[in-house]
Amino acid sequence: MNRSDPPSAVWPRFLPSGDAALTVELGDEVDRQISTRVVRLHRHLRAHPLPGVVETLPTFRSLLVRFDPRETDAAALQAARTAIIGEMSDEPLPSRRWGIPVCYDPEFGLDIHEVASLAGMTLHQVVECQASAIYYVYMLGFLPGYAYLGDTPEPLRLPRRRNPRTRVPTGSLAIATAVASVYPFESPGGWHIIGRTPVSFFDAAADEPALLAPGDEIRFEPIPLEQYEARHKAGGARPRLCDGASA
Amino acid sequence: MTTALAVTAPGLGVTVQDLGRPGYQAIGVPTSGALDPVMLRIANWLVGNAGGEGALEMRFSGPAFELLGGTAHLAVAGAGVEIELMPPFDGRYPAYRSVLMQPGQRFRVILKEGGPCYLAVDGGFAIPPVLGSVSTLAMSGLGGFQGRALQTGDVLPLRLARPALEAEYALRPPKFAPAPAIRVIMGPQNTHFTQVGLNTFLSERFTISHLSDRMGLRLEGTPVEHAGSFDLISDGNAHGAIQVPGSGHPIVLMADRGTTGGYPKIATVISADLPLLGRLPPGAELRFKAVTHSEAIEALRTQDAMLASLKTSITRYRDPGEELARALLEENIISGVADAQA
Repeated sequence: MNRSDPPSAVWPRFLPSGDAALTVELGDEVDRQISTRVVRLHRHLRAHPLPGVVETLPTFRSLLVRFDPRETDAAALQAARTAIIGEMSDEPLPSRRWGIPVCYDPEFGLDIHEVASLAGMTLHQVVECQASAIYYVYMLGFLPGYAYLGDTPEPLRLPRRRNPRTRVPTGSLAIATAVASVYPFESPGGWHIIGRTPVSFFDAAADEPALLAPGDEIRFEPIPLEQYEARHKAGGARPRLCDGASA
Repeated sequence: MTTALAVTAPGLGVTVQDLGRPGYQAIGVPTSGALDPVMLRIANWLVGNAGGEGALEMRFSGPAFELLGGTAHLAVAGAGVEIELMPPFDGRYPAYRSVLMQPGQRFRVILKEGGPCYLAVDGGFAIPPVLGSVSTLAMSGLGGFQGRALQTGDVLPLRLARPALEAEYALRPPKFAPAPAIRVIMGPQNTHFTQVGLNTFLSERFTISHLSDRMGLRLEGTPVEHAGSFDLISDGNAHGAIQVPGSGHPIVLMADRGTTGGYPKIATVISADLPLLGRLPPGAELRFKAVTHSEAIEALRTQDAMLASLKTSITRYRDPGEELARALLEENIISGVADAQA
């Protein structure tokens, strides 16, 4: 599918997902433009809820729309579909850009030597390459606050580890295929761990419990070991919003 | 003086659950909540709580407690569950009736079957909600009692120092007949399966595996055949979505399911049948039946009416002798009316 195609007769597709949800599919690839449409629709429906719609869940190329089955009959669903189609546009999406400090020292980058070897690079080149990109938040899922970030520069696109870990430390930055992520909690994981951030990606007590939202952008900022230790002791670092203000 | 339940034996994976914390799936937070919200409500109504108050969800092996501080009004609901007082106290209380307990009494919850059962207390537990709910998401340490299952030595404070209702209540044990089939709506990715696969899915008697947990029911049986890849771009997981990984063994996604996933989802269980599904223990068998959206909504309305009727049937508890006398009297009156009308 041509990346610059506007919404067509094929998309959006409405896929039944039980009696209390609908999957609104906007494309069939992991693509920035498709994702932007999903995020825009998600934000719009959150700000202007349709009757009976109780929640929306954005993913790479679709939006799960959850509604109260007691409040939504066939006519209401059809009206929702029509409203959604009417909302499709390609206007630019306002977004936040974060600066996230990461320590890539092998003490935290548990797999960084292996990644360097597989990519035919030095450690320094791995860090420079990985941190050179501006990452886009496609979606959150898998764990609270776990974000799927893209796109990892080509030379560092590796398949998942053959043997997943049972415990990936909290704050670990990990990569696999074209996606990167930070683990907000200790959890099992099969991606290559290349560093760690002192920033908290999920805090249930905060006004906004997850640091990131779909549509955000991220720059990873390499910091040395001593700085990581200092910020970690201070009770976790604050990420920097790249318009100069801090979070 | 706080009234509290001190845990003297933890049971297995006992967690605080209410009706869940929807609304945060866009940031990766599962909805959690009781596997059988019907039984949760019944336990709560028996002690005078709103149906969605936090209660203890117990499966396979029940906990034991000592009541500290003051009187507590509590009840259990679920298949095969009862309360047994421990020495020096004596007595057994079945499910579906509430009990006023005195401080110092020790009791254990006996689970004779594997499905989830609920222990509710009048006024609920004094546990701060996280993201609007006291449900426990143990894998991320969110909510509930310290984000985890109960351990020996834990002390669960009750919100009320003494019960709001100083009487005991009961309802006639609900008979949930085993369903001939779990009803589903096909999709979102039913087109990713061959006709053989679809036929298998809708005709096979699957068995619930012992590897099942609060994230999903793993089903054993003839593998369901894919048409093409089983590794798709991740999309949202509805409650009750049935994903089929490469093995062909379906997994029905339940309360603690991850919010997103890339395995094709062949069908989704209808809302009315989710509590039924949550009630099934490992080893139970089930089949699936495809229904329409209208049939699903009709089933939900029927279940709502059944629940409303159950709620109004709760009465003050009477001992069995008195209960028999009353039943006989009522039968004479009713028969008399029917004959007169005939």
